[in-house]
Amino acid sequence: MADTAHAHHTSTGLSNVKLGMWMFLGSECLLFGGLISTYLLYRGRVSEGPTPSQIFDIPFTSVSSFVLLMSSLTMVFAVSAAAAKDDRGTNLWLVVTAMLGATFVGGQVYEFTAFYNEGLGFSTSLFGSSFYTLTGFHGVHVTVGIIMLLALVAINKRSKVPGSKSETVEMLGLYWHFVDVVWIIIFTLVYLIPV
Amino acid sequence: MSTDTHTHAHEETGDHAEHGMSTRGYVTIAIILALITALEVATYYVDFGPFFLPSLIIMMIAKFVIVVSYFMHLKFDNKIFSFLFYSGLVLAIGVYMAFLATFHFFIR
Repeated sequence: MADTAHAHHTSTGLSNVKLGMWMFLGSECLLFGGLISTYLLYRGRVSEGPTPSQIFDIPFTSVSSFVLLMSSLTMVFAVSAAAAKDDRGTNLWLVVTAMLGATFVGGQVYEFTAFYNEGLGFSTSLFGSSFYTLTGFHGVHVTVGIIMLLALVAINKRSKVPGSKSETVEMLGLYWHFVDVVWIIIFTLVYLIPV
Repeated sequence: MSTDTHTHAHEETGDHAEHGMSTRGYVTIAIILALITALEVATYYVDFGPFFLPSLIIMMIAKFVIVVSYFMHLKFDNKIFSFLFYSGLVLAIGVYMAFLATFHFFIR
């Protein structure tokens, strides 16, 4: 196992970077759990402005979800290429993943603009506030992921990735997949289940 | 110095190759995820009756577990990583189920 390769370097025998990343992702569950449950509590609280069923565009969001899901596949290819020490393949798949992520964020910006034009502002109703907070936080996570992907490509091109390159790509992959699984939950609980 | 040794050891082991998934395996997983997503979207248009909510929740959990197990390699990695992640997840589910129950969310 790769983990045992670290045995004589760390007290646990595991990569500290990987332990830290999984601990971080576990704590992120609490962050998004709070945002999702707050949305569930407030989604029916519409004193003015449109209701969820009036504004959600399911076909559009389904395509966005599919794009983000496929970005997880391209991220896996990037991790595989990094493990095989294929720099060109790694950079290619990292860029493709970033582009798919950017497509998703672009879709979210379009969706927010459309909702705003239909009368749903951040402070219009409790539904609006909790919806924008939840999906906005997720969008920020995707955006941070895109920045990290492109930064890694730039650093990789200069061959200045500190430590293990394959591990660095793998850690970024874990973050990216986590953002994807959070959207899997949001897509079902927010968009597909009616109030 | 220790970083160099660490790097060398990590790359020598071919970490990713040991996770037991080929490119074809990953593509198969992605196709399964896409099919489940299509089924989820179908529930919005087709009347599933009393099975609507349970089927959506089951499909959501299935997608979650598939991505975490295969794409994030938890299935093949050391169990401590699973413990760290799932303890955060279980804690979050417990805390927020209690939170929602406090506000009578489940008996509306």
